[in-house]
Amino acid sequence: MISVGHYLAVSAVLFTLGVLGIFINRKNIIVILMAIELILLAVNINLVAFSAALGDLVGQVFSMFVLTVAAGEAAIGLAILVIYFRGRGTIAVDDANRMKG
Amino acid sequence: MTADLALIWPELILTIGGLITLMLGTFVGDRQVGLYQLSALLTLAAAAAAAVALFGVEATVFSGTLSVDSFGGFAKLLIYAASFVCIVVAPRFFCGGMRAEYPALILFAALGMGIMASSRDLMTLYVGLELNSLAAYVLASFMRTDERSSEAGLKYFVLGALASGMLLYGISLLYGFSGTTDFAGIAKAMGGELNIGLIFGIVFVLAGLGFKISAVPFHMWTPDVYEGAPTPVTTFFATAPKVAAMALMTRVVIDAMGPAAGAWQQIVIFLALASIILGAVGAIGQKNIKRLLAYSSINNVGFMLIGLAAGTQQGVEGVLTYLLVYMLTTLGAFLVVLQLHDEGGNQVESIPALAGLSQRRPGLAAAMAVFLFSLAGIPPLFGFWPKYLVFEAAVNANLVPLAVAGIVASVIGAFYYIAIIKTMYFDDKSDTEFPKGGGAIVEDAVITASALWLSVIGYLFIPALAVLSAGAAAGLF
Repeated sequence: MISVGHYLAVSAVLFTLGVLGIFINRKNIIVILMAIELILLAVNINLVAFSAALGDLVGQVFSMFVLTVAAGEAAIGLAILVIYFRGRGTIAVDDANRMKG
Repeated sequence: MTADLALIWPELILTIGGLITLMLGTFVGDRQVGLYQLSALLTLAAAAAAAVALFGVEATVFSGTLSVDSFGGFAKLLIYAASFVCIVVAPRFFCGGMRAEYPALILFAALGMGIMASSRDLMTLYVGLELNSLAAYVLASFMRTDERSSEAGLKYFVLGALASGMLLYGISLLYGFSGTTDFAGIAKAMGGELNIGLIFGIVFVLAGLGFKISAVPFHMWTPDVYEGAPTPVTTFFATAPKVAAMALMTRVVIDAMGPAAGAWQQIVIFLALASIILGAVGAIGQKNIKRLLAYSSINNVGFMLIGLAAGTQQGVEGVLTYLLVYMLTTLGAFLVVLQLHDEGGNQVESIPALAGLSQRRPGLAAAMAVFLFSLAGIPPLFGFWPKYLVFEAAVNANLVPLAVAGIVASVIGAFYYIAIIKTMYFDDKSDTEFPKGGGAIVEDAVITASALWLSVIGYLFIPALAVLSAGAAAGLF
């Protein structure tokens, strides 16, 4: 029988993968965008699993909000990436160093 | 439902005004700067008037998701005032590059921040925060052809999205283990034995909010974004979203996590100490004035968190007073930075180039000195007063070691502020001429007014400030 704990474990793994994808990734900014989506999907799994376990619809409504905002966020991220690429001609993570830090 | 609408006039006005501003930009073109500026400024003024009219009303609207109270009203007034100034100063900075998106995005960000400051449900918290953040990412990369601006936007986006992800993960845990997204319901669940899920939820939510207020160790985006973003946008980032995120954090900590004080207090104390120390140490050796002000904002957020760590009504009053004074000081300091340009009209951001500013622009140098001393909290200036309030609250809440550590670190912080003043007043003149811009009446007026207010006049307002902040803080307890 699959319990909430299983869902939480999957979502924790996805969340960790997403965070590692942002920090360890040294190649490509598109990969970072994918990692961000992974984090948001991990949250959605959590919300829906809790919602089913609690018998409460709020979690599912919340996950709809998260999906909508994630779409907007991806659009804005890609738009910023496009102007960045136009100016710099590269989207390698290591090249984002016009300012120190 | 209709009755609820009457209580969210500021938000309604901002929504409609923002859309009108956007439409004006689309239909009459980006060249009609005066037109869409006027529409945006009128919108903000009307929203502020509506927020003032709602002062004293205490209600929850839309099935308990939003709270209309004096705490939110206080934060909203600060947010609208900062947004107003950031819209006024923009056209002179962008010259021909001004576009209608700028005021429209600031209006939408202000709307999101207003929702943040008055949310009392995790769902409204998230929607308000994202409305603010999404507008802010675009604003940071507003100068599309400038490499630094687009890089600032990209960094802000990646780290901001990571922060929202962590916040959301925490939110999902809080929801799952308390069974509700309502702050009052979460507080009820936290009254009992804290289980591991709730503790993880608290940690992740505070980490996500820590990103938004740029508290150490979640501050790494701040210097880069402040340096790369166009200066009016940096002015905006350093003032309004700080107020909103700090108000939101206060609400979450007091309203939703109040009964679990033992759990969040340790985190807030750690964030406070780390921010004060790293904000002070990191600023030493910075050569760019915007980067330096970024570290200064990290440092000041640490002091606000000391007031929050106390967790008492007195502490929250201290935080609110601190926010007001900090906002005025930072606004003034960034307006001075906006005035600094060489003969070619290029912005000057390097600190060594400020050498001898006191001889070329004595008024500007004096105002900057007042702002920097005030940020450092040196007693005759008004910046000292909110620091005193938060320390007093910490001592009364039996957090004496925290207060002592804060005072010691603020002495380290004074070093780099004084270093700039030394550069402006005592170093040999640099080659930069700093000609007067001319026509910057609003900027000059704001700089003069806030410098005077911070120097001595502010002390006359202490009773009024006390009444205002006490009224606002009482809404939470």
